[in-house]
Amino acid sequence: MADLTAALARRFAEKLAAAGLTDPGAAVAACLDDRLAFSRPSPHEEFLAGLVDRLGVGCVLLAPPAQPHRIILEFLAGREAPAIRPRDCETRTFFHDIPVIAEPTVEAAAAALSRRKGAYLPGVGILAHGALSPEQAFVTVSSVAFAGFVKFFADFLAASRAGTVDAAYAAAFADACRTLPPPPTVVPPLARGPFSDHETMLAAMAEAGRATVELGLVDSVFGNISYNLDGVLAISQTGAALDELPGAMDLVPLDGSSCAGLTASSELAAHAALAALDGRQAILHGHPRFAVIMSMDCEDLASCPQRERCHVDCARERYAGETPIVPGEVGCGPRGLVHTMPPALAAGGGRPGVIVCGHGVFTMGGQDFGEALAALCAIETSCRARYFAALGIPTETS
Amino acid sequence: MTPPMEHAPSHILFCDLSAGACRREPLDPGLARQAPGGRALAAVFLAARPRAAWDAPEAAVVLAPGALAGFDLPGGSFAVLAGTNPHAGGIVSVAVPGGLGRALARLGLAAVVVVGRAEAPMAVFLDADGARLMPLGPAAGQGTAAVLAAVPAHDGALAAGPAALAGSPLAGLWADGLHPVGPGGVALPLAAKNCFAVAARAMAAPAPADPAALAGAKAAMERLIAAAPALAGPCGFGHYGTAALLDLTAGRRMLPTRHFRETAFEAAGRLSAPGLFARLSPRAAGCPGCPTPCRHVAADGGVLPDGDAWSHLTALLGLADPELAVAAYAVCRQAGLFAPGAAVVLAGRAEAAGRELVPDALLPALADLVAEGAELAPPAMAVKGAALPAFDPRGAYGLALSLAVGPSGPDAWGGLCLAHELLRKPVATDRFSFAGKARAVYLGENAAAAAASLGGCPLYGLAVGLEEWALALSAARGEGVSAAALAGLGARAVFVERAINARAGLRAADDDLPARFFAEPGSSGEGIAVPPLPREDFLAARAAYYRLRGLDPDGRPTVEAAAEAAALESPWPI
Repeated sequence: MADLTAALARRFAEKLAAAGLTDPGAAVAACLDDRLAFSRPSPHEEFLAGLVDRLGVGCVLLAPPAQPHRIILEFLAGREAPAIRPRDCETRTFFHDIPVIAEPTVEAAAAALSRRKGAYLPGVGILAHGALSPEQAFVTVSSVAFAGFVKFFADFLAASRAGTVDAAYAAAFADACRTLPPPPTVVPPLARGPFSDHETMLAAMAEAGRATVELGLVDSVFGNISYNLDGVLAISQTGAALDELPGAMDLVPLDGSSCAGLTASSELAAHAALAALDGRQAILHGHPRFAVIMSMDCEDLASCPQRERCHVDCARERYAGETPIVPGEVGCGPRGLVHTMPPALAAGGGRPGVIVCGHGVFTMGGQDFGEALAALCAIETSCRARYFAALGIPTETS
Repeated sequence: MTPPMEHAPSHILFCDLSAGACRREPLDPGLARQAPGGRALAAVFLAARPRAAWDAPEAAVVLAPGALAGFDLPGGSFAVLAGTNPHAGGIVSVAVPGGLGRALARLGLAAVVVVGRAEAPMAVFLDADGARLMPLGPAAGQGTAAVLAAVPAHDGALAAGPAALAGSPLAGLWADGLHPVGPGGVALPLAAKNCFAVAARAMAAPAPADPAALAGAKAAMERLIAAAPALAGPCGFGHYGTAALLDLTAGRRMLPTRHFRETAFEAAGRLSAPGLFARLSPRAAGCPGCPTPCRHVAADGGVLPDGDAWSHLTALLGLADPELAVAAYAVCRQAGLFAPGAAVVLAGRAEAAGRELVPDALLPALADLVAEGAELAPPAMAVKGAALPAFDPRGAYGLALSLAVGPSGPDAWGGLCLAHELLRKPVATDRFSFAGKARAVYLGENAAAAAASLGGCPLYGLAVGLEEWALALSAARGEGVSAAALAGLGARAVFVERAINARAGLRAADDDLPARFFAEPGSSGEGIAVPPLPREDFLAARAAYYRLRGLDPDGRPTVEAAAEAAALESPWPI
């Protein structure tokens, strides 16, 4: 049992590195079953063991972030302690804020993690716990990194527009930009549609999901994907990682004749609404970072009376280039994106994509996912260029 | 009549039905911090009283609204009803949906404690003028609708019916005429006092210490609920109630069929909730302020079955007639019979007789169950005397453990295993493995008990976590509370319940599932193998659960753990 637990710990430590969230070998996972096991020997073992004990959880991950996340989180922690307060959709919905742990003690870390799923310990890394499984902690680490990234770059652009960028922020920004991965440019070829049977369709969805993750257009278990085959919508399950889709997709009749979609993505209703409005069969939803950042950039932000609610209640027609930006929260609530995104994406005979403010991008493809993935990639590349152009920086590393 | 209610959620109302008198006392502030309401407070009260048989006049029945039940939080209006388990001794503590919890909280009550025995069937009615004991006359024998009609206009009510009057071990309660409250037998401790209804009319909402922070907590809860497919999604409970789960249990080959002999039902496709809803076009109904109301009322006023009843009144009986199931549910509702338990008894009788129940026999058989009254033997496919819900334990091992060790009997939502083993929340876990499940059940029980102490809907454990409950409690009280502190509250509540059970003589043998699940496979197929539950793994997981819970190998509190809980004593001997 102990060997299995150690293997589980190693698997998630390695998964963090594979996702680019830590450098290889940097993360430490502490997993408890009958006894506590670590993914590797670490000087933090006593600290992590104390946290597992104090919190009464099954797993704690310590993830020293890879660049540019380390620069970003160190800067934000120094500036915003006792808590970093991102404004992206995932943080608003699931995390509230990211506590900054004041000192590297079990007491201080446990106090932060007794309130939140994850926290940041300056000079050390992201700490996250999972009551049930290391998977929970992994999702939290990924979310903290994503939320920090979006906040750092979005706030910098807002400060730049307001003329309030100070030297420390400028230096951190320059450092972060130097470590940014290159923008996605080459979209791999995907299976050509139309798909006429379930097996081919599900394989195509799995392929497209993997490609979306590999291009850096979605993190963690966020994002979703679907394909409408003869009135049955194949859709990723809630909490499914897009690069691990086999066995994690539901077949949901679009005539509403069964509850087979009970475990489907939170955005099933939005996918179904799109299927009703738009004849294109493939839908892809990712969280490309600069598209999210640019969706939160608004020249009226300082003066708008709705500036704290623009993610759910913006009256303006907004675009990033030619891509519409709409408000909307996750899911089916009264302010859900199900009410805003589908009509925007289907408008005018079908747009390539729509950005949901502070959240992510939805794209469609006629008969397969090639077009949808290309659109997702193009929107992100375009938004990344627009971001640096808005700063008056001709290239990212200037 | 007692003096008028004060508008502060900080009093206990003691009703002695033998004396026909009620009195109100302030809630001890120290105890309020340890056990702020709902399930935790009810457990502390019962633990502090001497052991008594469920039908003894000195036995207490506690109705405790959640500590935040007055505040209009989504899915936050629940109360808890707790008393002595009439089947196994020990405790039975169950969630009470609807408006009663909110009404009691808004009358300033942290709990209503009922003792004694009235000479004739009676209702307890509470409003701003105080508490009144009201004779029900013949209404208790006429049905739950007659009981509800006999009490004054109210915002929330709990009613028993003819099954409870007859002493049936299948007697359940109905909240607001909409929500079944089980398991079977839960109505008996109240009925033994000749109390067949508790109803209340509310006052205004209490004022939180930090209104803006409470609004923020409420908004956070609403966002999470909207993002939960099983609650707000197009196939979720907000559209089809928990009957939506039947397609899932069928697809996972864990649909209890023909008295748990099989786990797949060939006619399951005819039982999809959307088909029934398309024919009946019901309207949604639910608890006050619920954004995903899970009850549905047909045009004729009939309430559509919840998931457990829907599944057991069809597949468990080998029947595939949706309209018959609706009619059977109506019979149970009127009689105050807990429908899932009744179906399990009938399915057991059909197996014993060696022939399936024919459709025409169902409604008369239910009427016969009521008539059998106290003579009726409780179901065999049960834990602690309460029938198993509509999830075959061979299809989800954490759920199996949780059904076995639940202090009040098998509660599918009690350990939150349905969330991760079936509904992928917060993450998916391997449903055919006991690895890590002891801890999962322990933590899930703690979270569920904490939420039930604050007024939380059990279903909302799929979305709303202790982080959000901590935000809400902190805002209401003006003092910081962490999620971990709430988990500790939940752990203490479950431990006290276990201590009550141990005092009543319950042991590890009572934390077990029927032998069938360890000896017979389910219905494998479609690439899913459903073997018998591995007995040794189950026992190892149960032993690990006991260690986490501070229990000895026989399921009793250890000396050390009991000493830690010794401070939990009620200052109100009555």
